[in-house]
Amino acid sequence: MSDNVKEVSDADFESIISSDTPCLVDFWAPWCGPCKAIGPVVDALAAEYEGKVTIVKMNVDDNPATPGKFGIRAIPTLILFKSGEKVDQVTGAVGKPQLIELIEKAL
Amino acid sequence: MATSHHKLVILGAGPAGLTAGLYAARARMDHLLIEKGAEGGQILLTDWIDNYPGFPDGISGFDLAEKMSAQAKRFELNSIFANVLSMELKNKPMSLELEDGNTVTCDSLIICTGAHPRPLNIPGEKELVGKGVSYCATCDAPFYRNMHVAVVGGGNTAIQEASHLTKFADKVTVIHRRDELRATKVLQEKAFANPKVAFIWDTTATAVNGTDGVEGLELLNKNGDTSTLAVDGVFVLVGVLPNNEMLPLKDLEADAGGFIPTDQETRTVIPGVMAAGDIRSKEVRQVINAAGEGATAVLAAENYLTNLS
Repeated sequence: MSDNVKEVSDADFESIISSDTPCLVDFWAPWCGPCKAIGPVVDALAAEYEGKVTIVKMNVDDNPATPGKFGIRAIPTLILFKSGEKVDQVTGAVGKPQLIELIEKAL
Repeated sequence: MATSHHKLVILGAGPAGLTAGLYAARARMDHLLIEKGAEGGQILLTDWIDNYPGFPDGISGFDLAEKMSAQAKRFELNSIFANVLSMELKNKPMSLELEDGNTVTCDSLIICTGAHPRPLNIPGEKELVGKGVSYCATCDAPFYRNMHVAVVGGGNTAIQEASHLTKFADKVTVIHRRDELRATKVLQEKAFANPKVAFIWDTTATAVNGTDGVEGLELLNKNGDTSTLAVDGVFVLVGVLPNNEMLPLKDLEADAGGFIPTDQETRTVIPGVMAAGDIRSKEVRQVINAAGEGATAVLAAENYLTNLS
């Protein structure tokens, strides 16, 4: 899991993805090793894209509604949103280039 | 862009790399360990490890990774997170090109890049990754509460994770291409005794069905009969492929599978370059021998560096 990005919940999810700034959500859980693996990369991207893309994370154990709504069956899954709509997603501990490719789809 | 030099570089922080790091740090060698993702490697994908001595009740893969890392750091392990794109090993000093544009040079190198799960390469598999197709039971099992999932494979990982999946799924069907398992006996006994685990023998999966999520598997048995198995998820646990894309495979005389051959002391064909853990060309891929090879590799590196000076 990424340490330096904001944690969001089912309650504030809609308002965050509906913002004018595109949003990348990192779905994770504390028992997931690969979620930990991807953390440093997500943190680095949050810094690099600050002001252009909002990067947040959601704990799927504490927030069952949102992962259910998007059919998430594996973590880490990162979903990119623009104006409240899902643009694309990646699953697994992918590398930085794949995440940049994902993020650029909203810019 | 910066260049830094170390007498020894260790590439990868799985059990082999973390053990090499522990030995190098305790020997006060000038060393650098480079990891691209998270310390622990493939043990992060394992829910429980019962065959690493010293933990009489077993230990989770995640906890073992943290303990190995903490132990190396107690002796001032020097490590960075970086992605190595390519390397030149025949010129001395050897050099590694990093994704951030920096260069690391070294007199000796221990390659511990490990391996990753092998896909089946069947229709529907790639499209449904994260939507029911998984290579990591410990990551994804909790999403299959009260569902029916398939496990493809018959080795230790497949059978261990089939049992783990029954903590969540109602039913786990193991699909294996042979009529007996390769997994170690105690794992087999546990799986055979579990009423939630069923077996389909002499059968391969030929396609994954579903559009927004996995709906089923197309099966082919050795008599040529085809069938469809309705499942909510598929866990593909059929061995590993080497993490070798950054390695000069020709110079290292990689085997047909892309793994790196070494002698008993983990020395590759290039002087000063060792390989340890799952990236080595070998029969047995266990945490315990990865750790052992990491230690052997540091001693080989020390010998090489002593003779060099």
